[in-house]
Amino acid sequence: MDIDPLLLARIQFATNISFHILFPAITIGLAWLLFFFRVRFTLTGEAAWEYAYSFWVKIFALTFALGVVSGVTMSFQFGTNWPGFMERVGNIAGPLLGYEVLTAFFLEASFLAIMLFGKQRVSNRVHLTATFLVAFGTSLSAFWILALNSWMQTPAGYSIEDGQFYATSWFEIIFNPSFPYRLTHMLLASFLTSAFLVAGVSAWRVRRKVDGPATWKVLKTGVLAAAVLTPLQIFVGDLQGLNTLEHQPQKIAAMEAIWETQRGASFTLFGLPNEELKKTDYALEIPYVASLILTHGLEGEVRGLNSFEDHPPVAATFWSFRIMLGVGMLMLLVSWWGAWTYFRGKIPSSLLLSALSAMTFSGWVATLAGWYVTEIGRQPWVVYGLVTTAEVAAEHHSATLGGTLLGYVCLYLFLLLSYIQALRHLATKPARSLAMLPRRLDASTQGATE
Amino acid sequence: MTEFLPIFFVCAMGLALLIYVVLDGFDLGIGILLPFADEREKDIMIASIGPFWDANETWIVLGVGVLLIAFPRAHGIVLTALYIPVTIMLFGLILRGVAFDFRVKADSHHRSMWNRAFFVGSLTASMAQGWMLGAYITGLQNTPTGFAFAALISVTLPALYILLGGAWLLIKTEGALFDKAARWCRHAWLPMGVALLLVSLATPLASASIADRWFTLPNLIGLLPIPVSCTIAFVGIGWLLRRMDVLRAGYAPLIFVALVLICLMAALGLAYSIYPDIIIGRMTLYEAAAATNSLQFIFWGVAITLPLIGGYTIYVYRVFSGKATELSYD
Ligand code: HDD
Ligand code: HEM
Ligand code: HEM
Repeated sequence: MDIDPLLLARIQFATNISFHILFPAITIGLAWLLFFFRVRFTLTGEAAWEYAYSFWVKIFALTFALGVVSGVTMSFQFGTNWPGFMERVGNIAGPLLGYEVLTAFFLEASFLAIMLFGKQRVSNRVHLTATFLVAFGTSLSAFWILALNSWMQTPAGYSIEDGQFYATSWFEIIFNPSFPYRLTHMLLASFLTSAFLVAGVSAWRVRRKVDGPATWKVLKTGVLAAAVLTPLQIFVGDLQGLNTLEHQPQKIAAMEAIWETQRGASFTLFGLPNEELKKTDYALEIPYVASLILTHGLEGEVRGLNSFEDHPPVAATFWSFRIMLGVGMLMLLVSWWGAWTYFRGKIPSSLLLSALSAMTFSGWVATLAGWYVTEIGRQPWVVYGLVTTAEVAAEHHSATLGGTLLGYVCLYLFLLLSYIQALRHLATKPARSLAMLPRRLDASTQGATE
Repeated sequence: MTEFLPIFFVCAMGLALLIYVVLDGFDLGIGILLPFADEREKDIMIASIGPFWDANETWIVLGVGVLLIAFPRAHGIVLTALYIPVTIMLFGLILRGVAFDFRVKADSHHRSMWNRAFFVGSLTASMAQGWMLGAYITGLQNTPTGFAFAALISVTLPALYILLGGAWLLIKTEGALFDKAARWCRHAWLPMGVALLLVSLATPLASASIADRWFTLPNLIGLLPIPVSCTIAFVGIGWLLRRMDVLRAGYAPLIFVALVLICLMAALGLAYSIYPDIIIGRMTLYEAAAATNSLQFIFWGVAITLPLIGGYTIYVYRVFSGKATELSYD
């Protein structure tokens, strides 16, 4: 085999982290939702909230397990695939990863036991606290890992001697220029992912009439959360774009496929970026809009790819960005449609229910696409402007990398299928809260009285 | 500080890995024993580790994490050299971890498949860890002897895990399963002894300077407690396992305690052999250490959080103490 080992190492790392992020994207948000269900039950004493909790906590446990095992894989990947990364920036990356393990992983993994299996063994207060700590732990873990990732995008607070990085200010390292945006955007992404998951699965259950009021409550919670958070996410995304324009202008140029520096740049809705000819084929453009979004002025100047020595792959960045935007807009549409229905006191129509169940995994698509924009858009750098990816790769044979990569891909596909199948299986099972329905009153009329 | 910090972190790493071996050791051991139990017993066995396995596994993340934080240069070399066994271990840990949940949540006719995945995952992870240990203590050399040795450890280390798993069941179960656990332990007892002996002999054989350190006179006497206490614990376990009446009378947890003692002594012995190297014969821990100000930054984190982690780990074990009953989310 003579495939470039660097390429294989990159594909392998990307496969592993892409698989991993699917599960945190759900658990971070779902943990808070579960906490919310428990708090509601404690405050109102309505059994439906407790049923909602006991249904979703099973899915949470399954998702969490997948997150843990794929995360353990990630913690070895830095060493096995990018030994040079640790040798050069270990002084900075190490402590951040270390704090994640010390403050977040143990917290969530330990209190998870009480959250999942301890309800009969501890008081309600302790159980609520444990649930809170698990949710807090997942968000804390996002805090640390995003501090590291943001530092790799917008490095600050370091000095370099003999190619080795040294920390000069931990505050500047953690709160580097892009960190606040990235952390907020990622946390919102997880909330949205889990909101659409619970709304989608609940819509599915409602249509199959396998559950009673608990499902209606979850559906409403998911829809309303999404309706509030989606516009917030779009707003934060816009801020993040401006931040990126300031610190990584070539990433923006690639995201928008702007080949030449220009004023009044147009926004390309659709097109096939062609790196050889340095133009976008079949472009469908809206004049001035790119300048408007990026500079908040019609005639603002946007730097093009021609003004940079190196730039990231254009097509992948361009398309990933559009997929994220597209899903974001769909989310807005569907969640506001749902919120409007509830606002008018109506029962969700079967069309709305279908739309919601079609959007069950939309969060995954947008989250992955978003990360691809961020990470591919950083190429050829691993630490932006300072260390290239090629410098830090491990020297394994292509055969070793290719073989293990094949193994990972097969395993992950199998697990992903099993996960979705298990979700389906759990979602079709009639739930106990069905018994709460008054006799001969079917699920959809019950919804009207919510 | 420059002298003290690398030592502090190497101790923290050793401690994390030791705790990992004991805690995840019993999880993995139970996974290996699973096929020998009937359906109901399988549920109880898994229930006995259900609340703990996730936190137990986190100790290896901490161990590798400290290696990465404090000794970034060694981290790269070790993990590159052990690329294949590490990957195999990860596959094993993935299968084992997900099987926990899938076996009760997927369709019931897939259950036996997930039970098998649980077993296969636990066994491969244990064997891969044995391989890594073997390769590490022979200095990560790609020689036929190093290879043969790693292979030998990889088939014997699971015996230690089986014994830990069995000992855990002796604490957490009663009745027929309790008797079965004692029988499983008896089978694993001798292979574990062999593994132990091999590991102890490997380093002095592989390196003359390590042999000198052990087998010269004043040292030998000072070190004597290590082999002596290991032998006593080992023989004690063998004796206890043949006395079902004593075990049933409430002394069964002693087996687990003795095993922990053995692991602790083995770790101390290993540490004494290797110090001050972090990769035997190639790199000392001072050469591998990260910059002092990075170590200082994380030092406070470790010093503050490790006792806290210890505290709530003990709390969780206490909440779930007593004989295992089937797990329920309600
Ligand atoms: C934004 C969130 C996020 C991102 C970008 C990552 N992770 Fe993660 N990770 C989590 C959020 C998370 C989490 C929410 O904390 C998880 C997922 C589900 C879970 O069980 O905990 C987790 C689990 C998890 C675990 C297992 C923890 C345990 O034993 O409980 C490890 C070792 C890692 N991750 C390591 C990594 C590494 C090395 C990453 C990057 C290269 C990474 N994660 C990216
Ligand atoms: C969780 C969501 C993430 C996803 C989906 C993701 C995706 C990717 C992808 C697709 C690549 C390959 C880019 C290429 O080679 O063209 C990559 C590379 C990389 N990412 Fe991420 N990433 C994520 C998070 C992170 C985080 C949190 C870190 C570090 C803290 C990180 C560190 C790296 C490194 C070191 C590389 C390898 C070098 C490189 O190719 O630049 N990633 N990631
Ligand atoms: C629709 C409006 C949105 C805009 C304008 C927007 C904007 C952006 C931008 C500019 C980036 C690139 C960051 C960089 O420069 O590296 C990004 C990354 C990302 N986006 Fe979005 N986004 C939007 C919607 C969404 C939605 C709906 C989700 C998921 C539910 C999402 C998830 C992500 C993630 C996970 C990342 C990468 C992680 C990070 O950098 O924090 N985005 N987004």
